[in-house]
Amino acid sequence: MTRIGLMFDGLKRDGRKALIAYLTAGDPAPDRTPALVEALVRGGADLIELGVPFSDPIADGPVIQRAGERALKAGTSLKTVLSIGAQIRERSETPLLLFTYLNPVIRYGLDRLARDASAAGIDGCLLTDASVEEAADYAAAMHRHGLDTVFLAAPTSTPRRLKLVAQYSTGFVYLVSRTGVTGERDSLSDAVAPLIRAMRAVTDLPLAVGFGVSKPEHVAELGRQVEAVVVGSALVRLIERNLDNSSLEIQLESFVRELKRGFGARA
Amino acid sequence: MAPIEELEKAYLAARDDPAFQSELGELLRAYAGRPTPLYFAKRLTESLGGARLWLKREDLLHTGAHKINNCLGQALVARRMGKRRIIAETGAGQHGVATATVCALLGFECVVYMGEEDMRRQRLNVFRMRLLGAKVVSVSSGSRTLKDAISEAMRDWVANVADTYYLLGSALGAHPYPMMVRDFQKVIGEEARRQILEGEGRLPDAIFACVGGGSNAIGIFHAFLPDTSVELIGIEAGGRGEAMGEHAARFRGGAPGVLQGACSYVLQDDDGQIALTHSVSAGLDYAMIGPEHAWLHDRGRTQYTTASDAEALEAARLLSRAEGIIPALESAHAVAEAVRRAPAAKGKVFLVNVSGRGDKDIDIYRENFQELDQP
Repeated sequence: MTRIGLMFDGLKRDGRKALIAYLTAGDPAPDRTPALVEALVRGGADLIELGVPFSDPIADGPVIQRAGERALKAGTSLKTVLSIGAQIRERSETPLLLFTYLNPVIRYGLDRLARDASAAGIDGCLLTDASVEEAADYAAAMHRHGLDTVFLAAPTSTPRRLKLVAQYSTGFVYLVSRTGVTGERDSLSDAVAPLIRAMRAVTDLPLAVGFGVSKPEHVAELGRQVEAVVVGSALVRLIERNLDNSSLEIQLESFVRELKRGFGARA
Repeated sequence: MAPIEELEKAYLAARDDPAFQSELGELLRAYAGRPTPLYFAKRLTESLGGARLWLKREDLLHTGAHKINNCLGQALVARRMGKRRIIAETGAGQHGVATATVCALLGFECVVYMGEEDMRRQRLNVFRMRLLGAKVVSVSSGSRTLKDAISEAMRDWVANVADTYYLLGSALGAHPYPMMVRDFQKVIGEEARRQILEGEGRLPDAIFACVGGGSNAIGIFHAFLPDTSVELIGIEAGGRGEAMGEHAARFRGGAPGVLQGACSYVLQDDDGQIALTHSVSAGLDYAMIGPEHAWLHDRGRTQYTTASDAEALEAARLLSRAEGIIPALESAHAVAEAVRRAPAAKGKVFLVNVSGRGDKDIDIYRENFQELDQP
């Protein structure tokens, strides 16, 4: 079992929920990422998604697109992200999930990635633009090296696809709260409740919901229904607005803490 | 995934429905102007002194290029699916204009995504789309060209799939798009095959077509695939140099990869980031070649070569003067390769797909032939 599974087991024992924090690795520069991740963890993030920047991020909204552009400009590659992961791992046992588009992975090589990610102390991988129908080789390579494979399910996913997602996912399943791309929203879609029910019917894995989460109220609402909530664009936007501000780490930490309080809130 | 599964189902049902085919056939005939002529280029043939050159005149279609074939077909699919809004991407604006046109014809709301940089270069087509009632949305992410316009259209589509149809303009993207676009363009080759048999009494020795995503090329190649004596030659944009970023020659400089839902040859760096491309012709200025071309290439059925910016411009001038046909810059790449091979091919029959007309490129021609633009 990876750190991801151990974390979910521990939280379950304590009756707690996980806050998952996404950031684009290398934004605004590779050497800044470890300190930003430490701030997220101090604030209470239970798992970190390290986004690998890609030139053509079709699943992302403008905030994460711009973060990717900044990271690429600063010279970040998949290889850089692995080394950032290793640096974080030297000082922390927080689970790390690689969040990436498929093309950089193909170019790097599946087996090579599985081996190097595992050596860097990364716990799992999520491919945003790979279809689960073609996931067998990828999942096998990752599992051989002890990495979890997390897949996405959306409100539009058919029952047949949900079954495949359940079949190939380990660690947890990532539910997309609504159709569309990443980005903050005022209110969360009603589409997620039926998706949660449908996914529960085919898997015992923990469920995380992401896309559109930016407020403690979102965390509270979702925390009553699933094991984990993912926040991404709201954090990346905070980074973007404070690129040269020495209080960035403190702001990130307190924002994560505020979000996490959502889990304790009574509706 | 669900939206493309729904689309595949709807398309396959439409394809097998005689009422759909008959409505499409009638629109292609009465509205778009099919069949297009196959024209024997007598003066060009004589001046080159080799192969006999025939031109498939897709440039004579309504809106000025082969793009309308696909737009009519897909818009009818959209109507069958009960969508009310159509979105599209465009590079030079030809596919955007064709989409705006069929949306006006069939009463759809129309939104066209176009890179900021392309909007600046193709102002006339932006105005044309607006005149047709479309909304043109400027895309300022990434390289601000076609690739980014496609990404933005995909983002719109996944967010609004309930009432929105994404009308993709080339043989690219996720299945079923490459298959569907090919099916709507294969009429080019079906007509040309019949016409050349009438005109020459035999099949051609070689067919030339430019390849951006590759819809006009797959359209003219498809009917000839079983005719193994016919060489099928795709011409990519050689741009202005060999270095990455200076061309769009995917078979020369690219490697297999995944972009925007398709797996094919793509120009990319060692880290798997998609490379920037260059071509004087916006329609060929794209990092990936359509997946069916990659498949045919790997099986050896088709070959691919390049024409540079300068060669395409020169071919456009040659065709203008020899035949009174000003081709689109994209099509001029195909003309350039045929012209290069013709002198040494006495007795051979060449067929060139003139996929579009050059009206949209007049500003670029003016910039490059300044000696013709003096007061």
